[in-house]
Amino acid sequence: MMAKNKKVIQIEDLKLHFRTTKGIVQAVDKVNFDLEENKAVVIVGESGCGKSSLAKAILRLLPRNVSEYSGKVFLRDTETMAMDDEEYQKKIRWVKMSLVPQAAMNALNPVIKVGEQVAEPMMVHYGFEKEKALEQALTMFQHVGVPTDFLHRYPFELSGGMRQRVALAMALVTSPELVILDEPTSALDVLTQANIFNLLKRFKSELSTSFILITHDIATSSEIADRVAVMYAGQMVEINSADRFFKNPRHPYSVKLMNSVPRLYGNEKPEFITGQPPSLINPPTGCRFADRCPKRFDMCVNEPPLYLIDGDLVKCWLFA
Amino acid sequence: MNKNISEKKNTSSELQENPLLSIRNLQVWFELKKWGFRHAGYVRAVDGVNFDLKKDETIAIVGESGCGKTSLMKTILHLNRPTDGQVVFEGNVINALKSDELKKYRSNVGYVQQDPYGAMPPFMNIQTILEEPLKINGVKDPQERLDRISKVLEEVKMSPASEFLPKFPHQLSGGQQQRVVIARAMIMNPKLLVADEPVSMLDASVRVEILKLLSSLQKEHNLGVIYITHDLSTVRYFSERIFVMYAGKIIEMREVQKLIDDPRHPYTMALLEGTSDPDAENATKQKEIPAGEPPSLVNPPSGCRFHPRCPKMIPGLCEIEYPPEFKADKEGMVACWLYK
Repeated sequence: MMAKNKKVIQIEDLKLHFRTTKGIVQAVDKVNFDLEENKAVVIVGESGCGKSSLAKAILRLLPRNVSEYSGKVFLRDTETMAMDDEEYQKKIRWVKMSLVPQAAMNALNPVIKVGEQVAEPMMVHYGFEKEKALEQALTMFQHVGVPTDFLHRYPFELSGGMRQRVALAMALVTSPELVILDEPTSALDVLTQANIFNLLKRFKSELSTSFILITHDIATSSEIADRVAVMYAGQMVEINSADRFFKNPRHPYSVKLMNSVPRLYGNEKPEFITGQPPSLINPPTGCRFADRCPKRFDMCVNEPPLYLIDGDLVKCWLFA
Repeated sequence: MNKNISEKKNTSSELQENPLLSIRNLQVWFELKKWGFRHAGYVRAVDGVNFDLKKDETIAIVGESGCGKTSLMKTILHLNRPTDGQVVFEGNVINALKSDELKKYRSNVGYVQQDPYGAMPPFMNIQTILEEPLKINGVKDPQERLDRISKVLEEVKMSPASEFLPKFPHQLSGGQQQRVVIARAMIMNPKLLVADEPVSMLDASVRVEILKLLSSLQKEHNLGVIYITHDLSTVRYFSERIFVMYAGKIIEMREVQKLIDDPRHPYTMALLEGTSDPDAENATKQKEIPAGEPPSLVNPPSGCRFHPRCPKMIPGLCEIEYPPEFKADKEGMVACWLYK
């Protein structure tokens, strides 16, 4: 008997380039990674490294100025890039995978009650009647901790934390296998943020959902990460288990990132990373981190391959 | 003249000798009107705040959204009028100042905003943005203005200054924009700097750089600094004392390292628990923090305002009477009945 594919998602050589008046922006440049079921991978990187574009590439939420979009995305055993848009819309988006976008709380429709917004995916993708969909929405509200009488309120009547929970409910209502969250808590207070992460941890174990969390906040990412993937200038430069990454990252950029995080406890002083990431338009040849790297040497003028070490990946000549 | 010295037994920091800034029983209430004219209660944004700031001291004011820290800061900047109480700068009560003296006060207080891009007019280049405070304060000679601008840009490590003068805000990175905002705050050689979440809209890796810059400017110019933030993990790199605000009041005030090692107020403990250090162990446990949200400032809870969410609430006491300030360490204070 064929064992069910334990990997919820497998991404191969994913590319997303945008056409702009200044040139081609190579936002996502041959990204490879996979995720096992029931686990969470965190994608970290600075602003402009391509992480939000990666989320859009995975979910096929493309703007009009795409110049290249290629690669393979396997959801369990189904290769989704081969599907046409209509099939994708019906079978994949918001059915198998959903998204909580950046500043989701501001993306709620201000003139529709929140209960109806959470019910909508069930009506659109599963053909539910409104009554039945609203019941499902009620269950979701209970899961995410929003009081049930809020079903009939408008977004402006809710606080930021509540709106973010509503956005989360909207992404989870169709019981997808995979939820992508793009900076889910960046505008929220400390305690609200911690409560949302408590919620995500519960969903991971109780509802068997897998998560891809995209953030630039490394400290908070440790709250849910089983694996950590680091993006730099459109490329994945390291993928490591969370255990190893937070103690001993491999890639020089990861090391610098970890050293720049302010901490409540401990004696080390954080160090900042000098310089800036390269532009995604005409990125430099060779290793893109070379000019900021303290360990650069002569091989670095060539683009390093991805090396596999103990199940982790590192894109750096130091590990040849 | 420092006439209205608080009569309350302030067991916290002893009254400083000639503090730079003194906040005395400050209350800032905003009136709510129904249908535009009917009185409908008050939002009690700042509800009885007292503290002193020394000349070259950095303090952090920490609290969540809606605790009143921004209203407090705006009152210090004279963008809000106090409903009661006083803001005293170098011995002068701010509310009583007339327009010339007020202008001088404003040039003595620099303000670093949270959103660097939103803080700058997009149609003005860096030179024009930095010239504005100089022109307003009567610096007439263009060469003098240019010299001062170049000097302040070098101080915020944007050199060569000439390269940045013709640029517009959108041509700079987030970190660079914030440096320009800091330059603008420093250009009139202020004595006090108020920084409202100066790094929360910047990338995590750039935050340290900007905080280090602020810290070095503070040391070099002996500035008093008020650093407002909700991110506790940055506080120990850039402050000496920390004030925790909740629902319009200060509930704990301690030296930073003592607060982190030995928090007293249950709300402070919750804030520390909610802040993460990067550690893979975090993913295996749930954080033990109170549910719910900070209360409405229109009808705050009776007694101690944290009591509905407090895991250590003492029934019969906490919901009835607001706790006084109890001493914590030599210089600190905590407003909590647990320390009676």
